[in-house]
Amino acid sequence: MKKTRLAWTAIAAAAVILSGCSGTGTRDDAGDGAQVVEGGSGAQTAGAGAAGAWTGNPLDNPDSLLATRKIYFDFDRSEIRPEFVSILRAHADYLNSNRSANVTIEGHCDERGSREYNIGLGERRAASIMSFLEAEGVDPAQINTISYGEERPQDPGHNESAWAMNRRGVLVY
Amino acid sequence: MHFRIFLIFLMLSGAARADLLIEITKGLEGALPIAVVPFGYVGDKGQPTTNVGNVVSADLGRSGRFKPLPVGDMLSRPTRNEQVDFRDWRAVNVENLVIGEVQQNGPGGYLVKFRLYDVFRGEQITGFSIPTTSRDLRSTAHQIADIIYETLTGQPGAFNTRIAYITSFRTKAGKEKDGTTIYKEKVQLRVADADGYNPQTIVTSDEPLMSPAWSPDGRRIAYVSFERSKPSIWVQEVFTGRREKLTSFKGINGAPAWSPDGRYLALTLSKDGNPDIFIMDTRRRTLRALTRHWGIDTEPAWSPDGKQIVFTSDRGGTPQIYQVSVNGGEPKRLTFEGKYNARASYSPEGRFLTMVSRLNGDYRIGTLDLQNGELSILSDGMLDESPSFAPNGSMIIYATRANGKGVLAAVSTDGRVKQRLALQAGDVREPAWSPYHQNERK
Repeated sequence: MKKTRLAWTAIAAAAVILSGCSGTGTRDDAGDGAQVVEGGSGAQTAGAGAAGAWTGNPLDNPDSLLATRKIYFDFDRSEIRPEFVSILRAHADYLNSNRSANVTIEGHCDERGSREYNIGLGERRAASIMSFLEAEGVDPAQINTISYGEERPQDPGHNESAWAMNRRGVLVY
Repeated sequence: MHFRIFLIFLMLSGAARADLLIEITKGLEGALPIAVVPFGYVGDKGQPTTNVGNVVSADLGRSGRFKPLPVGDMLSRPTRNEQVDFRDWRAVNVENLVIGEVQQNGPGGYLVKFRLYDVFRGEQITGFSIPTTSRDLRSTAHQIADIIYETLTGQPGAFNTRIAYITSFRTKAGKEKDGTTIYKEKVQLRVADADGYNPQTIVTSDEPLMSPAWSPDGRRIAYVSFERSKPSIWVQEVFTGRREKLTSFKGINGAPAWSPDGRYLALTLSKDGNPDIFIMDTRRRTLRALTRHWGIDTEPAWSPDGKQIVFTSDRGGTPQIYQVSVNGGEPKRLTFEGKYNARASYSPEGRFLTMVSRLNGDYRIGTLDLQNGELSILSDGMLDESPSFAPNGSMIIYATRANGKGVLAAVSTDGRVKQRLALQAGDVREPAWSPYHQNERK
């Protein structure tokens, strides 16, 4: 429901821009449609009027880096691995262009070690992602963090590959 | 009609019985040979379904200190003093004999009589007559086991106690956009007798529940709940189910631990930026920071005299156990062996700490002797965690894995006896052994 409405608003907004009107035209639309027009992402959706390109909220674009909401960590570490930097930059760009957007960062751990210590470690991972986004200019007020420690594994297995999947940070919009 | 009632009854009792099964996985050499004869019954109504003698026998066997004679090997089965012939017991090398009888005592009431004998001297050591009800019959049996245990070992028994633990049931609930399976989880905080019987669910949630901690009077449990997608510390009355939210600060609200006098809770909060230990006065609702460090400080536990707190900290680079005065000051590092020591708690007399220690990549339950600094590894799993001392210090219960499931296990503090409490369904974790005192069963 909501997605459909967003897509329609975006198409309407794109039409407004293409027809050369100013942003005032969007005032008739629903509140969250206005976000799409304002800022950088508005230009993207406008240009995407061409056949086959994405029209809608960039968060819903499966080809965007924003479609990746999970990054993974090394054992007992909370540093951002180099391969995830571009993904987090894309999220920072999105949040910077959409100041009313909020994200919750979940920190998770693998099952090894004690549970409350893992809550601490999960929080450190979430904080590490938060610091990265803030360094990219994201307003801290847009970010919320929560640590689930080892309580919510993504892979219920008990081996190295499951553990690697479970040591993660998740961005929830 | 009768048939239907019978079926329902069978199902109910089946559910209550099958929940936790205890098997002794190691031990028994050097255990004291004892015989507990199935108790007799005197009354005009049907016998209670619980045979007190069998419960007593199972308790004593579970402790690892006793080796009960199988009923099939008994040459006679006396239930009264005049029926005892000591020759029958000397012949099978039993040192102590327990007999008893349950008598109907008014509606829903029973009188349980038992006698403990020294077989070789041929005399009674002790004997009691205990009034009880059908609901409390198992509890009475555990009390009898406690009396026998204390009489013969000189240490108080811990059979008439309870355990709190977390059970989780996970089911598949679809797929995410990236193809990973979404799981739906039902998490429960449960309380059962120390032998695993009578499990009762006291909290159910579809979000994580963690870190149950008994108040020293055994009437309340503090725990962490992620309900509404946010961790909070709650305190719940075990008997009434009444509960209140104690803390719900921004960030972590975790690892609650009661002071020995039951007035204060040590806990972990990250409201000021990273996890530190705080002490809350539960009466005045005031909060005081105990540690201030950029590292992870968590998992506080009180010394039995209430003067010290141990906690886990990675301030030195790896998680290790530190000790600090409840009044604050510079924490002292207690563990130096290995790269991972966490979740410590004191033995009841304060001489040992039990904790999780990593050994060659496996997470095991260890004890640290605070008198000589010696670390002993007691368990042999790969992912053992959450150790908790029995209130008499004889055993440590902990969480381990068996056949792909989370189960509870217990090990004697000297490492000699191991047993597993296998739950039939779901993952079981985070056991906490109750203190002795438990008044007012609902």
